[in-house]
Amino acid sequence: MTTESTIERGPVVPTGTAPLGLTPVASTSPLLLGEHSLCPGCGEPVALRILLETLQELGIVQRTIGVVGHGCYGSFVRIMDIDVLQCLHGRAPSCATGIKRMRPDVATFTLQGDGDMVNEGLQEVLHTAARGENVTAILLNNGVFGDTGGQQTATTVVGQRTKTSLEGRDAAVHGHPIPVADLVASLDGVGYVGRGTVGTAGGVLRTKKMIRTAFESQLAGEGFSLVEILTMCPTGWFVTAPQGPDYMASSMEEVYPLGDLRPRTKGTT
Amino acid sequence: MTAAATPELTLMEGAAAIGEAAILAGCRFFAGYPMSPFTPLLEHLAEALPAAGGTCINCESEIEGVNMALGAASTGARAATGSCGQGIALMQEAIAEAALNETPMVVFNLARNQQDYFQATRGGGWGDYRTITLAPKDVPEAIEHTQLLFHLSDLHRAPTMLYGDPLLAQTRVGVRLEKLDFGPLPPKDWELDGTRGGTGQSRQVWTWAMGKATDPGPGPDLHWQNIAAKFAAINEIEQRSESAHCEDADTVVVAFGSAALFVEHVVAELRAEGHRVGWFRPITLWPFPGPALEEATRSARRVLVYELNGGQMIDDVRQYAHDRSAIRFIGGVSIHESGLSYGPLLDAPVIRERILAALPEGDPR
Repeated sequence: MTTESTIERGPVVPTGTAPLGLTPVASTSPLLLGEHSLCPGCGEPVALRILLETLQELGIVQRTIGVVGHGCYGSFVRIMDIDVLQCLHGRAPSCATGIKRMRPDVATFTLQGDGDMVNEGLQEVLHTAARGENVTAILLNNGVFGDTGGQQTATTVVGQRTKTSLEGRDAAVHGHPIPVADLVASLDGVGYVGRGTVGTAGGVLRTKKMIRTAFESQLAGEGFSLVEILTMCPTGWFVTAPQGPDYMASSMEEVYPLGDLRPRTKGTT
Repeated sequence: MTAAATPELTLMEGAAAIGEAAILAGCRFFAGYPMSPFTPLLEHLAEALPAAGGTCINCESEIEGVNMALGAASTGARAATGSCGQGIALMQEAIAEAALNETPMVVFNLARNQQDYFQATRGGGWGDYRTITLAPKDVPEAIEHTQLLFHLSDLHRAPTMLYGDPLLAQTRVGVRLEKLDFGPLPPKDWELDGTRGGTGQSRQVWTWAMGKATDPGPGPDLHWQNIAAKFAAINEIEQRSESAHCEDADTVVVAFGSAALFVEHVVAELRAEGHRVGWFRPITLWPFPGPALEEATRSARRVLVYELNGGQMIDDVRQYAHDRSAIRFIGGVSIHESGLSYGPLLDAPVIRERILAALPEGDPR
């Protein structure tokens, strides 16, 4: 096993660095091997950064395996300095189950979008949660298939325009969005569920705490944990990059309220 | 292949014997969804695998089962799943994925009949891949094949399949369970163990093989060329077959799996009666033992294909038989009224009748 002292890191801005007197909200994780290639205004790279920072701060960088699904964030496989299984669309919780059962001492997480987890992989995430698998799922929810250019997903909110609901999602025609985190929170076998946002600086900080709580729950063996992160997709929403956070707050946050949906109770004191 | 001292003879159902052979081979993860006649293997491993220090999950679907096995295998553990027919159909996406991201695992296809030859040998996944498929004729051979499949899977970093049937799964026979050694294997220097995070040397299991930003991989073009080349090489070196009485045979009967055991019996009878009949059995359905079949049919005026389906393996026989015009199909679809096993066509007198009917009138040779 490689020790921490042998890690070679490139020039980075250390976590915690901020102008005098201000709380840090941005940094570059030493686990990033390169720049992301996603659109301006995308929320997913911010979510990746706070995920990697959390692994670093928990000291579990060298006992972590990630399972990454299919979406724009799939390109993160190239820039995350973490062991990764890039799996089939929707199947990350199943793959993570196999990994965790064979390597129980490793922290295992999935990185999935709403198309991946809620469309293609709803069965996988619900059953993995109900089994109480000791893994952490990270859902990047932008309510749209970003990678394929802005089609409706199972989390698209009613009224939202997509390329497959041009006049806006009509519940009578397209059905209703599925709040997967609320479903997961209702299941036995679950240690922690939270829903955060990267649309505001405060949201980033609070979401990072949720990710930390989820991993702490996993490390304590409390069962399945999920952090849903609302992420901007201005390209898929047909708005400008600066409009992304406000659009997200006004459309998605009403349907997907932020906060701890299932607070950590087991094992906490 | 070597084995230790001969173990005791034990009466055991085929599915249980396969499960024990998997444990002997070091299988430590299994996930499956009940489906007859595969179910007894899942039931056996649900009890026996945890007792051996492993994990068996009665999963929510075949799709989950195969992906759980893929995840377990990505850590370097020997892992397997299984099903039949429709369940194997659901697994095809992940079997292809494992072939393309080079994750070894074993799929136990305890099928209802021989109608899944195409499914086993061609697959329904995506990309340039093949599945190494062994079709044992009986339970003792299935014990050997189970262990061989784990070995071949690790050797070639590819998913492998055992194609059995209800006779194999449900027959109770005396077996000797012994751990077989097929020789050394390369180290699993690709396995995910999570220890290299932050070192720049972290690992990926990825069908696109694009590598890290700081250490690019071959990418899909070169990687998939390499995968295709690997399967071409496997095709050359892993063919296995068995035959008898073919040197001077006018008639060679080709059959696989349990059906081949019936053919073997009937051909022995006909030989004893003076008919110049032989038999040929592909042991690996993929890679199909083409050159061996060509050699076995060199003197044959008739090549009879007996399989319990509408004619699937016959496509492979047509590619390799010495004289294509000599090929006749004597099998057929024959399903028990339950839909779960064979019908009356799998019967020695029926096979005998069909072989004799194919011989020229008045010329028993």
